[in-house]
Order: sequence, then structure tokens, then C-alpha cells
Amino acid sequence: MQKLLLLGDEAIAQGALDGGISGIYAYPGTPSTEITEYVQASKFAKENNIHSDWSVNEKTAMEAGLGMSYAGKRSMVCMKHVGLNVAADAFINSSITGVNGGLIVVSADDPSMHSSQNEQDSRFYGNFAMIPMLEPVNQQEAYEMAYYGYELSEKFKLPVLLRVTTRLAHSRAGVETLEQKPQNDVSLPSNLTQFVLLPSIARKQYKTLLSNQRSIEEASEESIFNKYTDGSDKTLGIITTGIANNYLMENFQDTELNHPVLKIGQYPIPRKQINKMLKECDKVLVIEEGYPIVEEMLKGYQEAGTPIIGRLDGTLPRDGELNPNLVANALGLETILDGSIPELVKNRPPSMCVGCGHIDAYNALNEAIIPYGVGRVFADIGCYTLGALPPYNAVNSCVDMGASITMAKGAADAGMVGVVAVIGDSTFTHSGITGLIDCVSENTPVTVIISDNFTTGMTGGQDSKALGKIEDICKGVGVDPDHIRVFKPLKKNMEEMVQIMKEELEYKGVSVIIPRRQCVQTMKNKKLAEQLISLNLK
Amino acid sequence: MKTDIILAGVGGQGILSIAATIGMSALHNNLHLKQAEVHGMSQRGGAVQSNMRISDKPIASDLIPMGGADIILSVEPMESLRYLPFLKKGGWLVTNTTPFININNYPEVEEILAEIKKQEKHIALDADTIASEFGSKRSSNIVMLGAATPFFDISFESFEEGIRQFFGRKGEDIVNVNLQALRAGRDFTEKNR
Repeated sequence: MQKLLLLGDEAIAQGALDGGISGIYAYPGTPSTEITEYVQASKFAKENNIHSDWSVNEKTAMEAGLGMSYAGKRSMVCMKHVGLNVAADAFINSSITGVNGGLIVVSADDPSMHSSQNEQDSRFYGNFAMIPMLEPVNQQEAYEMAYYGYELSEKFKLPVLLRVTTRLAHSRAGVETLEQKPQNDVSLPSNLTQFVLLPSIARKQYKTLLSNQRSIEEASEESIFNKYTDGSDKTLGIITTGIANNYLMENFQDTELNHPVLKIGQYPIPRKQINKMLKECDKVLVIEEGYPIVEEMLKGYQEAGTPIIGRLDGTLPRDGELNPNLVANALGLETILDGSIPELVKNRPPSMCVGCGHIDAYNALNEAIIPYGVGRVFADIGCYTLGALPPYNAVNSCVDMGASITMAKGAADAGMVGVVAVIGDSTFTHSGITGLIDCVSENTPVTVIISDNFTTGMTGGQDSKALGKIEDICKGVGVDPDHIRVFKPLKKNMEEMVQIMKEELEYKGVSVIIPRRQCVQTMKNKKLAEQLISLNLK
Repeated sequence: MKTDIILAGVGGQGILSIAATIGMSALHNNLHLKQAEVHGMSQRGGAVQSNMRISDKPIASDLIPMGGADIILSVEPMESLRYLPFLKKGGWLVTNTTPFININNYPEVEEILAEIKKQEKHIALDADTIASEFGSKRSSNIVMLGAATPFFDISFESFEEGIRQFFGRKGEDIVNVNLQALRAGRDFTEKNR
């Protein structure tokens, strides 16, 4: 046993390593990235041959994790909340196949959208899949849930969803570790058709999943992560989920909290304790980070003649991250509001780095597209999305990974001319290739700019699966090699860049333009420097 | 004892190194610690902050309540003002005076300094100049940490230990430069508080 200072993400990774995983599969995404990076940097993982290379996207990660589970070993799959949309097909079906070796799927939600396009709550997916779910209150629980989660998974033969939010993922605290467990041996599933979801088999397995629901609920009622603390003042009962409990307790550091409190960390929600609270208390306040999921469920509980308050009635804000002050307001406690931000303080939004290649590519694009007019550039997820902000105002969409190419196709199909897609190298291999095949198969007139900086930039410079392969991929799916154009995005090359873009915008078919220059944030990365030399890219 | 600190700056200015050094110093004293960081998109040249809480008792929230911070420690003058609603009455505002200008509408530096001086308890120093005096502009963030050390319930020696641990893997020279930076910041505050 030792005490480590860890981010919530790192605590999950350490818990998984100590819990005996044989592999972790993930695509980078804030706020989940540091889980996998921790395993990649772990000497223990290296010595024990624990898989930790990045996957091309969340779906391939989920499927590989399930495959490792099929082979009897414990695996972890990590992603940000919107990544679970990408992995959803495999994820939902994994509750029907069940698992062999333990499988934990970590989804890191981002309420207040610090670094995301929405604030969807992954707990809906847990409910949808009807599997056990864990949500830690602090770094120590994050560690323990990853550690014990494998027992839970193997006990019910189901994947377990571990849900965290940004604040815990990216906050550091001391964590005490537990005894290191050995990895499982390779073993076949006891039933060799368990993973064959032919309708006849799936129907049977789905019935098994349904019939197990009550025992999964009982596990929640007995869980150490769900704690009922009684209180004398029953005019109000309080239910917290995950990290929300901290914001409640922060308001009672110097005073006694006399209301009954149910702290939830394991789902499905523990029916026994909930019923006790609804029966004994006049009113129940639900404090949860994310969507009002528990609150909505309670409104449907039979016993709920008891008023339920929370995010739905405005006691707490309907959207955004919680904090100690919002919870104090909900409890009618006083908060200190002395200082204000002086008016002269200006917003300082994120921006592309000085010297970034995306900037030069956008400057060229903005000039080349003048004859066609504004409003026809579909972009994607990455640093280059910042091209939507002034002074560039260069792009008009950012929806989901890969949507640039396919939305551009739809707009071109609608008759729009001079349509452009802008996508990064890592996003291209994540979800752009399939859309490009759609374009090629109909010879749709679109210009696809793959802005290649040899990395997954926005999340901090992780490996790009596209490294050294982009032209071959494009040729392989059928793009005419004469319309695959590469240049180095630099101010001094402006004339050449604008000329190439103009030519390809005029072409009535699929063109791929590749502005190619290394991300300035990765200049100190020695491994990448060696790769670039061996691929003749430097 | 409990010390709540808001670390402020612009993405890339090294506030996470300050946070890590404080963290090591706190651990050296067996204190509880919570430190919330900003990763991802906002790191790219945007305003960033870190909530750091140190206590001899377990800490509940990762976030500091409004009006609860004992110290705002900022490596950039305008950023020091952004978090004023979090500063406790009687809390210290410790800030660098060298501006980081990456927006078109950055206010006049004189006006910012005037606003900082309105704070009853403030320490404002040109950490970049102090750091370059001994040849390492990059350690201006540690000069700022040094300037804030008198307001912690942690001994100066523990901070020095934190520096040794955090910068240790980068070699003796880097450790010494940062120890010098820490001391220079501390000296400034002791002369000017």
C-alpha cells in the first residue's frame, strides 16, 4: 500500500492496473485522455505487457476491449462522453453478449462544456444498456471503483460503466492504493455462442439480462459506494450522486448537517434506501452533476407523493457544472458575494498557437474562396475548430468527429458550389475515411482539406494513426492522385497555397488538399521526431 | 489550518508547475490536498486557473467557494482580477505585473495596475525582470510562487524541498535556478508587504 498524488483520471488508471487489467483501449478526448496516458507512462504496465496503444476511434477501442474480455482477461475502455456515441453500437450490444473477463467502460462527461460540443450525461447509456454503473465522489473512490469494478463485472458477467465528470477527472488529491492483483489467464467463454448475437441467441440473452436486473439492484443496495446517513431534521432529505456530495459537505464544514443524506455512487439507484427517504422525509432535494436523471426517476417512483426538487424545478440550474455556491443557494444558505470582476477585464478565449500551420492554411483558404462567397466551409473537431473565431471566421460547422466531409457532401448534393471540408489528420482516420468513400463513389464535387500536423493536437499531442498514411488512404479509397495536393503551410508559400486551392475548388470532383506541417506543441517530442525522419516527413 | 489558493494565468505560462511544487511541499508536511486543473481546449492561449486547497483536515469540494480564497496567485496582471469574487475579505492578491497580450482589446496596463492597487492586501512585482536578472526568464512563475510563500502555513524550507522534488529530474542547474527564483520572490514580499 502506498499514497500517491493523482488526478481523478490517473486514480482510475492506477485502480485498473492494480485491479489486474491486461489492456486499456481509448481514443484521446478531454477530460478522459490522462487515464490512458498514465498507463502508457507506467513502468509496471510495460514490464507486464499491458496493452495501452491508442485506438483509431472509440468504437474500435470498445470492440477491442470486448475482444480482450472474450479471451478471459480484464480490460478497460476509455472515452469522453461524446465518444460513447461513437462506441454506442458496440457498447449497447456488449450488455447482451455480456463479458468473460471483467470489462470497465469509462466515460468522462464534461458538464459546462469546458472542452466539448454538448454536456450529455453518460448515465443514460448505463440505464439504456441495463448494466451496473459507478460514479465516484473523489479520487480515492475513483481508484477503488476501478479496482473493485472488475469483481462486479465478473460477478454479473456484464460490462460496468464508470462515469466521471471533468472536475474530478482533472483534480488531484492523495490516493491510497490496494494490493496488486494478478492478471487473468487466457480462457474461453464457458458458452461459445455467448458472443454470437444471432436473433435466436440474442433473445435468450436479453431475457437473462432482464431477469438479472433485480440482483443488480440488490448489489446497489448493499454497495459500499451507496451510503445512507440519517438525520433528525426530516423536513428535507438530500440525495447526492458522485462529486455533488462534496459540494453539499463543503457547506457544512463548521456546522452540523441534520438532514438525512443518501450518497449514491453505484447504480441502478438503490430502491430500498430511496424508498426509506421518500417515506420519512417531507421533501427530497436531488443534487447531481449532469442531467436530472435520478430526479426524473424519482418522480416516477410509486411512493413519490413526496415533492422532489432539484434541477427540474429550478432549485438548482438546469444546465452546467455544480459548485459549492449553487448548492448553498439550493439549501437556502447564505453565500459571500463581495467582490466583483472589474469591468476592464476582457475575455481571453482559447486561440491557435503562434506559428500554427492551421493559421496559414486558413489564410490561404479565406483568399481562395472569395469568388464563391462565405458560408461553405464545413469543419470538424480539433484545434482547427478555433478557425471559426475572429480574425479568421473561416469555418461554418463543427458537429461531431468526421462530420466535415459528410456535411460537405450533403451541401454539394443540394447544389452548393465551392464546398470545402476541413479535417485534421487524426480526426480523418477516426471517422473521416468512410465519408470520403461516399464522396468518391458519387464523384461529389467537394474539396477536402486534411490539415496534417502529425498529431492529435487539441488533447495534448497524442499519436496520430494517420501518420505517413494519408495519401495512400486517399488513393486507396479511389481519390484521383492528380487531385491529391500537398504543400507546407507557411506565410512564404501563400501564393502557391492559394493557387492550389483555387484549382481544386474549380475541379468538379473529389479533391484532397493536405497542408502539412508539424504541430508547434510537439517540437520536443523525441519519439515523433524519429518517426518523422524515418517516414521522410522532416 | 486551511489555505485556499486560486492560481491564475494564461495557458502555457506554467501555473501547473507552481501547483505541482505547492503540492509536493504540502505532501512533505503530510497535509490534505485537492487541486483542480484545466486541461484541453482552454489551454490554448486562453485564461486558465487552478483551484488549490490545502488543509490539515479532509477537504470536501475540489472547487473553492466564492469569497473563500486566502490567496490569488497570478502570473499575469489582468488575470489576477478575473477571480476577485473568489477572494476572501482580507485575502492576498499576489500578481506578476508583466502583461501577456494575445488579444486586441487588452486594457491599458496602467489601468490594470491601478485596479490591483485598490486591493487592500496586494503584492505586485515584475517577476519577469527579477527572473531575468539571474539569467532565467522562464522561472518567473517560481519567482511568483516565492512571493506568495509568506501567506501559506507551510515553511519556506518545505517549498525548497518541493522545488527539489519537482525539478529534480531536470538536473542540478535547473533546481538551483528555481531555488534562487523562489528566494528572490520571497525577498520581494518581505521587503514590500
